[in-house]
Amino acid sequence: MRINQQVYRFLNSEHLVPAVFIILSFFAWQFSGLSGTFVLNQVITRFIRDGILVLSLIIPVVAGMGLNFAITVGAMAVQTALLIVIGYQVEGIPGIVLVIIMGVFLSALLGYLIGRILNRVKGKEMITTIIIGFLFNSIYQLIFLVGFGTLIDVPNKDIILTRGIGVRNTVDLGMYRDTIDKLWLLKVGGIELPLFMILVVLIFAGFVFYILRTRLGQEVKAIGSNTETSEVLGIDTRMIRIKVMILSTVLAAFGQLAYLQNIGMFDVYTAHLNTGIISCAALLAGGASIKSAKIRHALIGIFLFHTLFIVSPQAGQNLFNNAALGEYFRSFVAYGTIALALIFNVKHENK
Amino acid sequence: MRNFNIKPPQIIISLFLITLVFLAYALEMNLVILFNESLVKLVMNGVLVLSLIPMLNVGAGMNFGLPVGIIGGLLGMCLAVNFRMTGLYGFFAALLFSLVICAVLGWIYGLILNRVKGREEIAGTFIGFSFIPLMNFFWTLAPFQNREMLYPIGGQGLRPRISLENYFNNILNNLYVIRLGDIEIPLGLIGFFALIALFLYWYFKTKIGRATIAVGENEAFSKLSGINIAQTRLLAIMISTIIAGWGICVYAQSYGFIQLYDEPLSMAFPAISAILIGGSTGKKAFIFEAVLGTYLLQSMYLFTVPIANAILIPELTEILRSFITYGIILYALLVRERRRNMV
Repeated sequence: MRINQQVYRFLNSEHLVPAVFIILSFFAWQFSGLSGTFVLNQVITRFIRDGILVLSLIIPVVAGMGLNFAITVGAMAVQTALLIVIGYQVEGIPGIVLVIIMGVFLSALLGYLIGRILNRVKGKEMITTIIIGFLFNSIYQLIFLVGFGTLIDVPNKDIILTRGIGVRNTVDLGMYRDTIDKLWLLKVGGIELPLFMILVVLIFAGFVFYILRTRLGQEVKAIGSNTETSEVLGIDTRMIRIKVMILSTVLAAFGQLAYLQNIGMFDVYTAHLNTGIISCAALLAGGASIKSAKIRHALIGIFLFHTLFIVSPQAGQNLFNNAALGEYFRSFVAYGTIALALIFNVKHENK
Repeated sequence: MRNFNIKPPQIIISLFLITLVFLAYALEMNLVILFNESLVKLVMNGVLVLSLIPMLNVGAGMNFGLPVGIIGGLLGMCLAVNFRMTGLYGFFAALLFSLVICAVLGWIYGLILNRVKGREEIAGTFIGFSFIPLMNFFWTLAPFQNREMLYPIGGQGLRPRISLENYFNNILNNLYVIRLGDIEIPLGLIGFFALIALFLYWYFKTKIGRATIAVGENEAFSKLSGINIAQTRLLAIMISTIIAGWGICVYAQSYGFIQLYDEPLSMAFPAISAILIGGSTGKKAFIFEAVLGTYLLQSMYLFTVPIANAILIPELTEILRSFITYGIILYALLVRERRRNMV
């Protein structure tokens, strides 16, 4: 009886999904034949690259708004800031500072807008955020593929296509590459630990942790557990929800900035497309659900999800002689994790 | 069709379309050819749009899981091509295969959606998204034998685009075409479309169909009047999936290629936006709305291509398309939920 209960508790607990991911990644790693050091180095890179983006998802989940697929909008905000700074050739430290200021301002503005929209679609936030993400993507394309060079004159002609209209597909960020990534680099055996960037991710984690413990955080939690009660208690639900979206979008903007400077190349039209899906899947892989997410889910999730992400193409190559199968497996895991979370979470709700 | 009044999106799209027609006229394009094409485009995309109606009316929301049905139809066509069935016979064999496959898929899809009541749209989106990579395994590994379908090198795995040239390319498009001067009316194509529309019309007149609408309008009340809600929903979702499968068959025979792999990924959104432009609220839909919406949207796309090319920014078409598609869906979500929150 006790064992039964334990098994039942295990199946319903937050440990099940991470356990499945550990088992899957372990076998995929075995079949891939990649060395442990290589995988670990890659995972650490992904950790500093995607960490803040995943963290930006936590507050909306706590507020009961589900997974915020609209973090792509935050990503696009910072990309816009980056393109403007590169386009007007502001270089060096002032350039970076300007990117951050403009990125924060723009993402806060867009976050406010998204919050306003989501207040009108209570209960359907997730599907709305997906559509918002797609819609802003087309506006973004409209600005940079059509607007730049026609309506907006850009001094820096290097980033414009030869026909004079539209930004190139890739813009080099060489001047930012390997600067803060290599700061405080610690080598243990073959493993490289970029301590500074890990610290930055952890500071953001601490920030989210702190926010959830302030007065605002308590109100966010109250809304997440029961909207009606918190309204009776005199909490301005609509305002809190807007603040939550602003926070999430601004964090996502920082996340995308960390991501881009780590990669060093900037795919203008594709860099942001999958951030929403991959970050959400990583958060869920760490044991979060649509109703509850903690910092540790995000941190563990990035490790588990990206281990599987790194090893699966090679595993597909070795198992079936076809690397594409590993790619399909990857996207299946990303989409499937979210699909399963949506299906099973609702089941628990109904009970 | 009672209570039918024109809504803002329709006005905007219609005005836009009229502007485009004038622009096309000013740019000296052949309007007759464009009109002929618009009829083909209507049916080519229209069946997919019709497939949304049963699910909308049963209260399962906009079917963002359309890829499920589309994949069933693709599989049906692949089977027909694999057995080298050609002409009308081949096309109807493909329809038959996809009927069977989509019925099974729709049944499973319906069972899942019945578990996630109230969140069908987001769950459907991700069921569709995750079903696509799963099927990519199948397209790569399945033992199809027809060399014309396989990768030329290696001989394993289906091609991303399978030509229907030797099978049933344009089979409906060229069936009973009536020519009035320069105007061509493809009666076979429109007839097929009309048959599906009539079937839906008939379905909603039967007892089960009326139960379907009742469930969509007021679930608690329907339960009290003894309707089996789970089964009604299941049937509606199955019908939606089957028509979606047929929809992609019509689309492919018109396009000339079966498009596999990631192609179905973003096919749900244009179809949904079409029915919304037709005036559906995203909670309930009429056949007329589907037809009107598809016609407006598709002819608008048809006009934007040559015009965007004329002003030398070819990407503009694609961007405008997605902008309109997602803008309309977002608008519908906002209006629908506001209405619900007010009640």
